[in-house]
Amino acid sequence: MGRQDYIGLCVFFAVVLTIPFLITNDYYISVLVFAAFNCLACIGLSLLLGYAGQISIGHAAFVGVGAYASGYLTVEMGWSPWMAMGAGVVLVVLIALLIGVPALRLKGHYLAMATFGFGTILYIVAVAAVDFTGGPAGLSDIPAISLFGLVLDTDKRFFYFSWAIVGIGLYFGLNLIHSRVGRGLRAIHGSEDAAESVGVDTPFYKIQIFVLSAVYSSIAGSLYAYYVNYIDPGPFSMMHSVLLLTMVAVGGMHKVWGAVIGAILLSLLPEFLSFLTESFQAVGLEYNEDYNTLIHGSILLLIMLFLPEGLIDGLGRLAGGVGGMINIKRHQDSAGT
Amino acid sequence: MSKNHLELINLRKVFGGVVAVDDLNLSVRRGTITSIIGPNGAGKTTIFNLITGYLKPSGGIIKYDGRAVNGKKPYRVAALGIARTFQNVQIFSDMTVLENVMVGRHLRSHSGLLRSSLLPPFFRKEEKKISCDAEKWLSFVGMAEEAGRSAGSLPLGSQRMLETARALAMEPNLLLFDEPASGLNARETVAMGELISKIKEMGITVVLVEHDMELVMDISDTVSVINFGKHIARGTPAEVQVNPDVITAYLGE
Repeated sequence: MGRQDYIGLCVFFAVVLTIPFLITNDYYISVLVFAAFNCLACIGLSLLLGYAGQISIGHAAFVGVGAYASGYLTVEMGWSPWMAMGAGVVLVVLIALLIGVPALRLKGHYLAMATFGFGTILYIVAVAAVDFTGGPAGLSDIPAISLFGLVLDTDKRFFYFSWAIVGIGLYFGLNLIHSRVGRGLRAIHGSEDAAESVGVDTPFYKIQIFVLSAVYSSIAGSLYAYYVNYIDPGPFSMMHSVLLLTMVAVGGMHKVWGAVIGAILLSLLPEFLSFLTESFQAVGLEYNEDYNTLIHGSILLLIMLFLPEGLIDGLGRLAGGVGGMINIKRHQDSAGT
Repeated sequence: MSKNHLELINLRKVFGGVVAVDDLNLSVRRGTITSIIGPNGAGKTTIFNLITGYLKPSGGIIKYDGRAVNGKKPYRVAALGIARTFQNVQIFSDMTVLENVMVGRHLRSHSGLLRSSLLPPFFRKEEKKISCDAEKWLSFVGMAEEAGRSAGSLPLGSQRMLETARALAMEPNLLLFDEPASGLNARETVAMGELISKIKEMGITVVLVEHDMELVMDISDTVSVINFGKHIARGTPAEVQVNPDVITAYLGE
C-alpha cells in the first residue's frame, strides 16, 4: 500500500522537472504556479478533512495570514522573505491553537463554525486595517524570495521552487498517514469511541492536525505573496475557502493524492472556461465570469452524486468496473466456445 | 497489590429521572473471569461505559488497582491498562485488518507528529515493530491470513475477533467484553469462549457482559446478577443458577 505512494512521489517529481521543457509559454507556467499554491493548501486540508474527518471552512484565511505576514514584514519592517514566512507560520500556529483548542475539545462540527467565523473576521480585518494591510488597495512591492543566492523572479524558477515545496509537503503528508499518528487520525475518523478505547488522545490529535494543515496554508500564502509581489483581500475570502474544500472533495478526500489532482484540475478549469467564453462570444452571447461559480458548483454536485469518493478512487472504481465487465465477458465467451 | 483488581463502590448513574445504575457494589478478583448478567435494560453496558470513562458517574467510586479512576477520559483509562470491546462492534472499517490491530499498539509506541513525518514507514524501526507485534496478536485470534483485507468487508464473527485482537494488542491488565457472542453462530460462540479462556490464562482479568448463558456458565469464575441497576446476586455459575432472586428477575414472580 504505502510503497505505491512513494513511487507516485517519484513520478510527481519527474513530471514537475519535465513540464517547463514541454510548456514554453510563460502564461501557462504561471497558471501552474498558482495551482501549486492551491495544491499545498489542499494537501493540508485533506489531512484534516480526509484523515481526521474535521471540516475547516476558513482555510483561505490561513493562506491570507501567511500572505499578509510575509507582505507586511518584508515591505514595512524590511525582514527577509524567509524570516517573514517563518513568522507567518508561527502566527498561524498561534491562531490555529486559539481556534482549535476550544472547538476541537468538543465532539461534533464546532470546528466548521469556528473557522467560518475566523474566515469572515480575517477578511474584514484585511479590508479595514489599512495601516497594516493597505486595505482594499492591498500591499505592493513585496520582494521576491531567493534561494541560495538565486532570486526567484522568473516564472520558471518559481515554478520549480513552488512545486518542490508541494513535493516536500506531499512527502511529509504521506509519511504521516502511514505512521502511528496517521493511523490514530484515521482511527478517529473511523470511530472516535474505538480510537479512544485504545488510548488515542482524540482532542490532542485533532488539534495537532488542524495546526499542521493551517501551516501548509500559511506557507502557500507566503509563496503567493513572493510570487505575485502584491496582495489584496480578494483571494483570501470565504469563497476561496469553499473553493479549496471543493478541490479536496473533487479529487477525493480520503487520499492526499486526491487533493493534488483536485487542486490542479480546478486551478486549470478557468483556462478551459476561457475557451467557453470565446465560443459564447462567437455566437453572439455574453459570458459572465460569475458563471464560473455555477460551473464549480455543478462539478461538485455531480461528483458528490456519482463519485462520492472523489475522482481518484471513483475513476479507479469505474475503470475496475469496466475491466471487471470485460473479464466477465471474456469468461462468458470462453465458456461459450 | 490488592486482591480486587476492580472495585465499584456505591456506583450510581442517573439519566434525567431514570436511575440506570443504583448504588452498585461489585468487585472483580485479579486473574478471573467475572460475568455480569441481567435482563435487558439492567444497566450492564452503562456500567462498562462508566468504568471506561465514556460516561461520568453521578456518584460513587470506581477503584482500579486500589486507585480511584472516576471521571477520567476514555483514552486515559486505556493508558491505565483497561481495554474493552463494544456491543455494536467498533472497528475501523476503512482500514485493513492489520492496521486495525496496529492502532491497538498506539500506547505501546511513541512516534509523534514530527518523527512520523520525517521518514517513510519502511525506513522506521518502530513502524516495523508495531506491524510485527500486530501480526502476532492477529495470529493469536487466528486471523493472520486476513491481515491485508479491508476490515469493513469481514463478517460479523471475524469483526468481533478483530476487535478482540485490537484490544489484546494493547497488552491490557483488564479486558471488558461487551456481549462478545451477540450475533455469532454456535460455532463462533464456542471459538469466542475458548479465546476468552485463553486470555484469562495469560493473566489478564476479564469482565464479561453477556446474554448467552451457556457461554457465561461455561467460562466464568464468578457471576454477578444485576437488575434495575442493583446487584441482586453473586456467586459461582452453579450457585447463581439456583438463586431464587435471580430466577424471579429473569422469569418474573
